[in-house]
Amino acid sequence: MTQTIDTNTVKHVATLVRLGISEEEAQKFSGQFSSIIDYFNMLNEVDTENVTPASDIANAENVLREDVVKPSMSHEEFIKNAPKSERGYVKVPTVLGEE
Amino acid sequence: MQLHNLTIREASELLTSKKISSVELTQAVLQRAHDVDDKIKSYVTITDDVALEQAKQADERIAKGENVTPLTGIPFAMKDCISTRGVRTTCSSKILEDYVPQYNATVTNKLADSGAVLVGKTNMDEFGMGSSCENSGLFNTHNPWDLDRVPGGSSGGSAAAMSASQATFTIGEDTGGSVRMPAGFCNVTGIKPTYGRVSRYGLISLVSSFDCIGPMTRDVYDCATVLEAIAGHDEKDSTTYNAPVPQYHQNINKSVKGMKLGIPKEYFVAGMEAGVESSIQEAIRTYEKLGMEIHEVSLPNTKYALPVYYLLLFAEASSNLARFDGTRFGLSVSENAKDVIDIYLQTRHEGFGDEVKRRIMLGAYALSAGYYDAYYLKAQKVRTLLRQDFELALSSVDILLAPTCPTTAFKLGEKTNDPLEMYLSDIYVVATNPAGVPALALPCGFSNNMPVGMQLIGKHLDEQTLFQVGNAYQQVTDWHKQQPNL
Repeated sequence: MTQTIDTNTVKHVATLVRLGISEEEAQKFSGQFSSIIDYFNMLNEVDTENVTPASDIANAENVLREDVVKPSMSHEEFIKNAPKSERGYVKVPTVLGEE
Repeated sequence: MQLHNLTIREASELLTSKKISSVELTQAVLQRAHDVDDKIKSYVTITDDVALEQAKQADERIAKGENVTPLTGIPFAMKDCISTRGVRTTCSSKILEDYVPQYNATVTNKLADSGAVLVGKTNMDEFGMGSSCENSGLFNTHNPWDLDRVPGGSSGGSAAAMSASQATFTIGEDTGGSVRMPAGFCNVTGIKPTYGRVSRYGLISLVSSFDCIGPMTRDVYDCATVLEAIAGHDEKDSTTYNAPVPQYHQNINKSVKGMKLGIPKEYFVAGMEAGVESSIQEAIRTYEKLGMEIHEVSLPNTKYALPVYYLLLFAEASSNLARFDGTRFGLSVSENAKDVIDIYLQTRHEGFGDEVKRRIMLGAYALSAGYYDAYYLKAQKVRTLLRQDFELALSSVDILLAPTCPTTAFKLGEKTNDPLEMYLSDIYVVATNPAGVPALALPCGFSNNMPVGMQLIGKHLDEQTLFQVGNAYQQVTDWHKQQPNL
């Protein structure tokens, strides 16, 4: 079975990952995604009826520590990489709009 | 004697016996790095000033005889996904092209503490997404053995720099073969350690549950030296093992006689280049002559490793790369942005290359409602089976041997039009990462004048056996000593 991922689906997932996308790109990706996902469908052959999904890879135990304040990067240093800042805050346009 | 061609061990002996200084060694390596980089393009940034300053400090340490380690005064290069305070760290992405971290990765700190000297940051596939370095958002790196061919990926810059003697060792990062596959293509030794053996703090994440930082070196002995310096528990990375780091050289010369070498039959199927297969078979015979018992073993779910690996990568990467939003650091495209979402959309559209776009979109697809069970959850279940495959196989033998790639290095441009074709070049190296087991890649021959690599795969936290078995091979072969003509 060939599973096609149409351009609308591509545009939808682009929205989910906050990625601007042109019509041309959506068409290109649509074809590529279909063949990749089609290949991945081979996993359907595997019987995983009683298999527990892997959730950890190394240390199965939770790691806890005391909640103690330690020195960290200064505010001044931290804000240095922000493209726009004002009075020590990261500056961005409207977050909550009227939509 | 050319200083840029020394191993760590040789250089360290000359440094501690004061026959050479770190400044001399570093100048020679920097000179070499600059001389050949026009052809190879391993480096995103060469850090002359930082290197010479660190070299001076190393010389002072050596003069005083204080705190001298096997890496004191040794010049190295770091993959550009590992944070270096004050030194640009790009991940070879336009979105981080001018990003200068305000802090060091734990690995960077450990190497600085050991006295190693940073000569530069190496090119890679953007965010580690690729197998040829052609997905670098900055430029291509060339294979020192044939400039028309790729160095492999994603740690292609680190592999090429090592191969071309542009550093005495390099640091790579292996999410699904990204140390081992380019090591094989460029004739260098490299290890993907056990997941959790080396801290990921300060590594720009691709797949948090796969990522492993590992050294690339001239030989196995050097590889053990560097791993020992960077491994260990880190309170800033709770997935690191709180287990002591062994002295890896302790047993490195121990005989391998009587040890059991497993050959996974699923790795020897149609499609392997003839010269690769014959080199691997020759390596197996070498181990037989060294007294190892050879056993065929089975890793029955091998063919599913690639889809498991890529599906989980897509999913984790789509979430990890959400941080690149143009507001707090990195590229920001905000022309006529009416709200913050516009900044996200524009910045990510302009800042990410096509492969990154593909992978984060496919990740969102695999995680989205209606597909989560069929893709993400299914892949996590098959991942359990992959892990069990390795556990079972490694319960009857000490170590496994397999090729790192079905072919030698391919030509630039050969696979760039078909993403799936490019993914398939990772077929032998991806299974270890979902399983977490360590694997050591080392040179084992040539096919049509291009290097062939093999990998030894071991039990969790048993890097020591990998080094022992790898070193035994390098004592009786000289493939790892072959160098490209540049």
